[in-house]
Amino acid sequence: MSSMISSDLLKPFKLKTKQQELLIRVSILCLVYILAFITRLFSVLRYESMIHEFDPYFNYRTTLYLTQNGFYDFWNWFDSESWYPLGRIIGGTLYPGLMVTAALIYRLLHFLRFAVHIREVCVLTAPFFASNTTLVAYFFGKEIWDSGAGLVAAILIAVCPGYISRSVAGSYDNEGVAIFALLFTFYLFVKAVNTGSLAWGLASAFGYFYMVSAWGGYVFIINLIPLYVLVLLITGRYSMRLYVAYNCMYILGMLLAMQIRFVGFQHVQSGEHMAAMGVFFLMQVFYFLDWVKHMLSDTKLFQAFLKITVTFAVAVGAVALGVGMVSGYISPWTGRFYSLLDPTYAKDHIPIIASVSEHQPTAWSSFMFDFHILLFLFPAGLYFCFKRLSDATIFIVMYGLTSLYFAGVMVRLILVATPAVCLISAIAVSATVKNLTVLLRSKNKVVQTGSTKGTSSGKASSKASLDQSQPFQKNGAMALLFGAFYLLSKYATHCTWVTSEAYSSPSIVLAARGAHGNRVIFDDYREAYFWLRQNTPPDAKVMSWWDYGYQITAMGNRTVIVDNNTWNNTHIATVGRAMSSYEDEAYEIMRSLDVDYVLVVFGGVTGYSSDDINKFLWMVRIGGGVFPVIREPDYLVNGEYRVDKGAAPKMLNCLMYKLSYYRFGELVTEYGRPPGYDRARGVEIGNKDIKLEHLEEAFTTSNWIVRIYKVKPPNNRW
Amino acid sequence: MEISRFGLLVFTIAILASPALSDLVLSKVDRRIYLTSQIVRISSTLKVENAGSEMVSEVLLAFPELQAKNLAYLMAAQHEGKGKAKNSVVALSVEVASPKDMPPALTFYSVSLPKGLAEGDSFTFDVLAVYTHALQPIPEQITQADIQLVVYQESAYYLSPYVVRVQSLSIKLPDSRIESYTKLENTKIHGSEIKYGPYENLPTFSYSPIVVHFESNQPFAVAQELVREIEVSHWGNVQVTEHYKLVHGGARSKGEFSRLDFQARPNLRGASAFRYLVANLPPRAHSVYYRDEIGNISTSYLWGDSKKTELLIEPRYPMFGGWKTAFTIGYGLPLQDFLYKSEGKRFLNITFSTPMVELIIDTLIVKVVLPEGSSDISVSAPFPVKQWQETKISHLDIDGRPVVVLEKTNVVPEHNQYFQVYYKFNKLSMLREPLMLISGFFFLFVACIVYMHADISISKSSASYLAKQQWEEVQGAIQQVQNIMSRCLTTHDKLEASLRDLSRTGDVQACKAARKAADGLLKELSKELKPLLTFLHSSPSAAQILPKVEELVAKERELQEKVMAKHSTVVDGYEKKSGARDIENRVALQQQKLTALRQEVDNLLEFIDEI
Repeated sequence: MSSMISSDLLKPFKLKTKQQELLIRVSILCLVYILAFITRLFSVLRYESMIHEFDPYFNYRTTLYLTQNGFYDFWNWFDSESWYPLGRIIGGTLYPGLMVTAALIYRLLHFLRFAVHIREVCVLTAPFFASNTTLVAYFFGKEIWDSGAGLVAAILIAVCPGYISRSVAGSYDNEGVAIFALLFTFYLFVKAVNTGSLAWGLASAFGYFYMVSAWGGYVFIINLIPLYVLVLLITGRYSMRLYVAYNCMYILGMLLAMQIRFVGFQHVQSGEHMAAMGVFFLMQVFYFLDWVKHMLSDTKLFQAFLKITVTFAVAVGAVALGVGMVSGYISPWTGRFYSLLDPTYAKDHIPIIASVSEHQPTAWSSFMFDFHILLFLFPAGLYFCFKRLSDATIFIVMYGLTSLYFAGVMVRLILVATPAVCLISAIAVSATVKNLTVLLRSKNKVVQTGSTKGTSSGKASSKASLDQSQPFQKNGAMALLFGAFYLLSKYATHCTWVTSEAYSSPSIVLAARGAHGNRVIFDDYREAYFWLRQNTPPDAKVMSWWDYGYQITAMGNRTVIVDNNTWNNTHIATVGRAMSSYEDEAYEIMRSLDVDYVLVVFGGVTGYSSDDINKFLWMVRIGGGVFPVIREPDYLVNGEYRVDKGAAPKMLNCLMYKLSYYRFGELVTEYGRPPGYDRARGVEIGNKDIKLEHLEEAFTTSNWIVRIYKVKPPNNRW
Repeated sequence: MEISRFGLLVFTIAILASPALSDLVLSKVDRRIYLTSQIVRISSTLKVENAGSEMVSEVLLAFPELQAKNLAYLMAAQHEGKGKAKNSVVALSVEVASPKDMPPALTFYSVSLPKGLAEGDSFTFDVLAVYTHALQPIPEQITQADIQLVVYQESAYYLSPYVVRVQSLSIKLPDSRIESYTKLENTKIHGSEIKYGPYENLPTFSYSPIVVHFESNQPFAVAQELVREIEVSHWGNVQVTEHYKLVHGGARSKGEFSRLDFQARPNLRGASAFRYLVANLPPRAHSVYYRDEIGNISTSYLWGDSKKTELLIEPRYPMFGGWKTAFTIGYGLPLQDFLYKSEGKRFLNITFSTPMVELIIDTLIVKVVLPEGSSDISVSAPFPVKQWQETKISHLDIDGRPVVVLEKTNVVPEHNQYFQVYYKFNKLSMLREPLMLISGFFFLFVACIVYMHADISISKSSASYLAKQQWEEVQGAIQQVQNIMSRCLTTHDKLEASLRDLSRTGDVQACKAARKAADGLLKELSKELKPLLTFLHSSPSAAQILPKVEELVAKERELQEKVMAKHSTVVDGYEKKSGARDIENRVALQQQKLTALRQEVDNLLEFIDEI
């Protein structure tokens, strides 16, 4: 009785199935949103709220400038603190999307009277956009499959290490917002194709504009979408919806993208963007032919017309392209583009690209590390996509396959592949789980009815045949379901582990375990940069390898010769040449560049392996690429790179060697080893008696990781 | 150069200033100069005697210009016997004075005596003078291996507008290593202490320059600028944030800095450098942080007990001569330790200067940020300071918090005294910010609700809009149909339950009653269903779903009939007292059809639900 009453009372509050489903969906999405944010905060917990790595420091510095001086100053900013003596036009050589976004968030928060520091905004921008990406992934998944797949996609992308690696708190880089923009643009475009609505097409154009403003990776969009359209045309899936969506997106997107100074007229002038234009004209031809076909009832006539038109169109296109190329109006593909298509290209032609570790071809292990079970789910998802082929699934399949190819070419492009892999895997997970649960649920009903009544007469026989497979099927489904959940939970633990162990280090501050298991912090980079900031003249010029350029300008506030924006290869090669020359020759070069201080990174005391001695061969290669006086074999012994007694004489006396090992020969680094034992390379150094003539040690950090030398003024002649 | 010029200057003063001021006589002067840190402290005991006939209530203290420039703090107090407790000293008021007929190169301060001195009376008092930047490094530039030598200049005789009968001077040095010192008559040296005197019966403005050149490796930490921000929150916290711009004020370092030497022999190679600073924070200080512009600095140590909190901070690099650094420390303090109430006003009672030990501050700016809505603000400081007001906009402020700014130059640890900021603040204003947040969220939710319920389409007559509206109506109708169906199904369940009761109790009447009730209910439901079905028939957008709904209704009706039939059969069976087995056999076939039908209806309901 009482239960009756309570159920009667509860009735008005009881939600309908649909409402229940909505509630569950919304709460899952909210949880995923929060999860995506907080899982990226490991770096703040482990270290502090700080900007990570190299490029983010430039972004932070420009954002600071933007918030302090306003947009127009930022847009017209000529930065004399980098690339001395050339300088850099910041407004015209960056993608402003990230900075403007952060500045807007900052303004909004201040408008709402939350007096936060711009650094906190910058640090948390990437996690915030990662959270937004999960929402987009949900809607995208819903668009291409169903809401279940959308939810799974949101969860998978929220913790996928491939994405987390670039979006932890503090990783204030273009990719942080660009992946959001990329997925959002794709989603809006697919939505536009599915609905044929002008509004969605317009939205996707704006999404594209945001992407262009945020990251150079927009080239992927402007090539993938035409490719997709082409595939649809070839497979006979041309429709008015596609026509509306593509034309709207392309024309508007192109016009909007031209507003970004760094991109400018590339959409009509650069070879990388020509595919989109070609497909645009092809689309018009297609539409025209369609119309003619509609007007002409005679098929034969139409065939003839088709031949003429197609030949004519192709000829005009080819001639236009040829003339454009020859006259130089259309620039050919850049080296960076080639190096994307061909993994071996950069190694032979552009050492500066090949020298960056994140531009190396991807190893299998890093695929496994970044995708974990998604790597196995991906093919399964492809299978489901092909099974239920539609405009949307074709898109996601193409996105997945192309981006996976690029991920194989360059480690950092795993990032671009991640959303596609997550979405396709989500389809696999969702479809499998759905099939299994349907199996389980339907069975339950039949089993119930079977239990209420025993066997009898005609209909029972057919049911009996069903019943025969039931126990096995049910248990199998259960087992598979548990297997799926086991895999997914493994995925979750793997992702958390990877995030906390591998991807949350700021790389400015190094942490190690001490002898007693305590945490030892090497804060040498900031020690050196802060020393530069405080104890050198404000107009001092610092020469270092380009890796540290952004950090020196941002944290040290001093002028650098070269930095991470590797726009002038010759300038970098000059620095490389100075580093690999003898001190006298290097002094001439440094004098000509007005260098006051030289900064080198040295890991011999701590065993820090990514120091300048280990990067030195790239300096030689890049320097030698422009100045043939520098020859790589001079620094090698029998093709082997060494720093001990057996090293090449030129190696032992070049500037980089001297600066790294100056007075190192007197230091005992490890008990039981001779003095001058280099812990990063595990050898005793070959030149312990280093004398500097034109430079003097100005500062060395407490763990010797950064060493700064002052360039002495020339001696008086009399 | 500097020394000789200084000497010459004072010498000329001594000649020029002949007239004696009054008939006061200093019968005994003891001076002790402490050079043990970068801050020079001169503690003098003066015994003044009135030799004239007039009452005198003021005593003048004279400082040469060079010293006056560096004078940071001057305090006079009645001299206590050695046995008495020190805390009961009575401070005498000291003011800048500009008496007539005095040499312009001297700065005078007048000490007001507690009571006038009559003829022959004497009075003894202590004067503490604290100087900054009084030690001059010579040589001015040293290498890493050199020791730091500094020069101090004084007069062996007490410079005074009065005749001094007996006087003595002792200079305390940090170390016994003395490079040179001026030897006069009666000069003695004991370890690290140099003694001059006693000298007797010296005329007014006697002067005899002495120079001490000695080794000092004490930290020459000078804060060129310190901005202290004290933010009061009535939620229980006083947040102190201190921004330091620090420089090593000793001999500048030249030549190269060798980390190797510094690591191997820090006391020889880098003796003049200092590595750390100590701050004595108030007790119960919490949430201490130490950072600079580019991030947290991890080299700091904190100890604390109930009486004090000690913070040791290391700058990012050892501070050599002339090297600069900048950092920020911050800590929270419990409000009740510092905020009091008096006469309807609240006042904050907190120390003025830095908690750092032996730090010279060239410019100190103290900002007291009061909660938004504070009024009637006034400051009482123990020494003159420049002050003005600002506003600061912080979290959730509308028109900003009032900020009292106090500025003082040349600050030494002696200035670390309590000062008070009085203000009025209504406790209710504390609720403003939480209420703002709450109302913010409230309006957000209201906006969401309005958005969900309001119709914001632009064109109310467009086809798609109408179709959408129709579709919504259809959906509503279908939902009602579903509702009715599920109610029918529960009625069926009730009937079944009554049958089960019957088999258990055999109460036919109760079963019949249940049947009657169910009949009535089902009839009512079918009546309710009718208008909905007609509406669905008429609506064009329901066309796709209509067949399914109709099928559902038909199936349900069939189900209903079957249930009724079963019910009648069973009840009949019981009335005829047939055996339970017999009844079961009779019903078995019906039962099968029933379950099949029920399944179909369920499926249909699910299907419709998914639309």
